[in-house]
Amino acid sequence: MARIIVVTSGKGGVGKTTSSAAIGTGLALKGHKTVIVDFDVGLRNLDLIMGVERRVVYDFVNVINGESNLNQTLIKDKRVEGLYILPASQTRDKEALTKEGVQKVLDELSETFDYIICDSPAGIEQGALMALYFADEAIVVTNPEVSSVRDSDRILGILASRSKRAEEGLEPVKEHLLLTRYNPERVERGDMLSVEDVCEILAIKMIGVIPESQAVLRASNVGEPVILDENSDAGQAYLDTIERLMGNEVEYRFLSGEKKGLFKRLFGG
Amino acid sequence: MSLMDYFKPKKTNAASQAKERLQIIVAQRRRADSQSENLSALEKDILEVIRKYYMNVEESAIQLHLEQKEEDISVLELNVTLPDDKESK
Repeated sequence: MARIIVVTSGKGGVGKTTSSAAIGTGLALKGHKTVIVDFDVGLRNLDLIMGVERRVVYDFVNVINGESNLNQTLIKDKRVEGLYILPASQTRDKEALTKEGVQKVLDELSETFDYIICDSPAGIEQGALMALYFADEAIVVTNPEVSSVRDSDRILGILASRSKRAEEGLEPVKEHLLLTRYNPERVERGDMLSVEDVCEILAIKMIGVIPESQAVLRASNVGEPVILDENSDAGQAYLDTIERLMGNEVEYRFLSGEKKGLFKRLFGG
Repeated sequence: MSLMDYFKPKKTNAASQAKERLQIIVAQRRRADSQSENLSALEKDILEVIRKYYMNVEESAIQLHLEQKEEDISVLELNVTLPDDKESK
């Protein structure tokens, strides 16, 4: 049985796909057979972030409709052993994801994979609801910014009422908070919500804090998940996140700003 | 914080304003959600009581609405469609 983890947020542009790619890749690096499923039908991007856009032949909707099988459709990553990508359809709309269809595909993936990472589209419509419906766990990606925090809270409400686990009265979906685009200097200046603030507002357990980083854009430019850039701050923060997902306690890094010299402290900069 | 900043007028901390505003919104959302859970539980209970006296009442025959009118007034509205007398006896 696979662990099904949805990466979700409500708001767009907060780093869901970047995080799905990093977390899926990180789990595979740890030796777990992992598939990342793109639920953003019509606006697929996971293939680009993973650098496999030229290898897409069939997609998720093809599998649901029986037009291709999983073997033909899954894209095997060439960098990391045991990592696969199931791309979304670019030409269909999100209504093509039916509950029965998604269930069928996830059941089949569940037989051979350890982890299924569901990369949710933004919003709270069909695609997003299908991405979270079958989840055992949810990673709620949040930026330290008012609209993102509010949307995350809304998603938490939906996880608690409209997921399969909620509908069937099973143990609730396990929720984790992933704070991305964190800027410690701005937090220190009182311009940005802190880790503690966001934790207190949303009242769920933190699993990682990813600093705002040049490395993220660089990684997406070249189609390589940022976690493979082991020297970057963001890459290391994702590696720490994977450890916590595995149940290990890891101290948080990148939570305070860079030390400033006397000159900078006196004259700013 | 640089030396120059000490001479600028002190602004209120933007992050703490954000936190306060969010805490209110989140509390409201959570209250509304738990209220709707309470309402559906109440609906079930009412249905059971009515079924003691009218056997053929269907679930859809009961409608319950809670409306927040003003800050300190909320209205609970209950609509029950009873079946015809002949059917119920």
